[in-house]
Amino acid sequence: MSESDAPALAPKAILAGHGAFAEGALSAVAQITGLQDRFIAFSNMGLGPGEIEARLRETLDASGARLIFTDLPAGSCTIAARRIAKDRPDVVVVTGVALPTLLSFVCGSDVQAAVEQGRKALTVLEVPRGA
Amino acid sequence: MALDLVRIDDRLIHGQVVVGWGQPCGVGFIVLVDDAVATSEWEQELYRMGVPPEMDVFFDSVESAARRLPEYRADRRVGMLLTGDIETMERLVTAAPSIRTVTVGGIHHKPGRVARLRYVFLTPDEEAHLRALAKRGVTVTAQDVPAAAPLSLDALLAGDGVG
Repeated sequence: MSESDAPALAPKAILAGHGAFAEGALSAVAQITGLQDRFIAFSNMGLGPGEIEARLRETLDASGARLIFTDLPAGSCTIAARRIAKDRPDVVVVTGVALPTLLSFVCGSDVQAAVEQGRKALTVLEVPRGA
Repeated sequence: MALDLVRIDDRLIHGQVVVGWGQPCGVGFIVLVDDAVATSEWEQELYRMGVPPEMDVFFDSVESAARRLPEYRADRRVGMLLTGDIETMERLVTAAPSIRTVTVGGIHHKPGRVARLRYVFLTPDEEAHLRALAKRGVTVTAQDVPAAAPLSLDALLAGDGVG
């Protein structure tokens, strides 16, 4: 495949969350797609609210990312990301993210489609009975 | 008393509060005490957004929280009261001396603060204010999540940032 035939890379995005959530999720993205470098992992561990916001802003500026995925709607990363989006209308925040959404995004889906993939993937699997 | 948890946490409403405490303890309402948040609809919406619909959030200044405390205590649901810093909690306890227990749930690093626990960093002045609260008969403990054992104020202040 020539360079011009190569699929366009997904835009850079920040993956932010509690503990080693981002690091762990990205190790799965790496194993499945090898495209983990489209994400920047961010953890709130040990950080106060002001520091989370300041570091997220720095990470956005340094990476050129305009999209922040977070793990939990009530989480401190989400609160900080929403504060940033208030004065940065170019920044989009997606919360409640899980692996299927990240994979869909990194493989080329737009944000809405990736979110929808994540919703569809969350399922209680029925175990076949009898037979 | 239905206001079971009185907590100092600089992140205010966040994952540990809503999920870590909220779910196992069946928290039905949160009282967020912060003079600035109490006057800002945008800030209130920000904090309300992450809270499940079955959990009420009330926003109060120190003054209104002290006034409404009997009402919160009469609520049959489990309640959690939050302040974002020691100074606000101290003012609240002054205005409402019936508060007898305070948990330090999270005060993170800032210049001038020393690590006492993994989740608690304090300046010498803040330590003095926690001791002052204890001298007034308030039981001060440190505990980030329900699964952790609460630590006494002495154990907290003797910490080296590892625990």
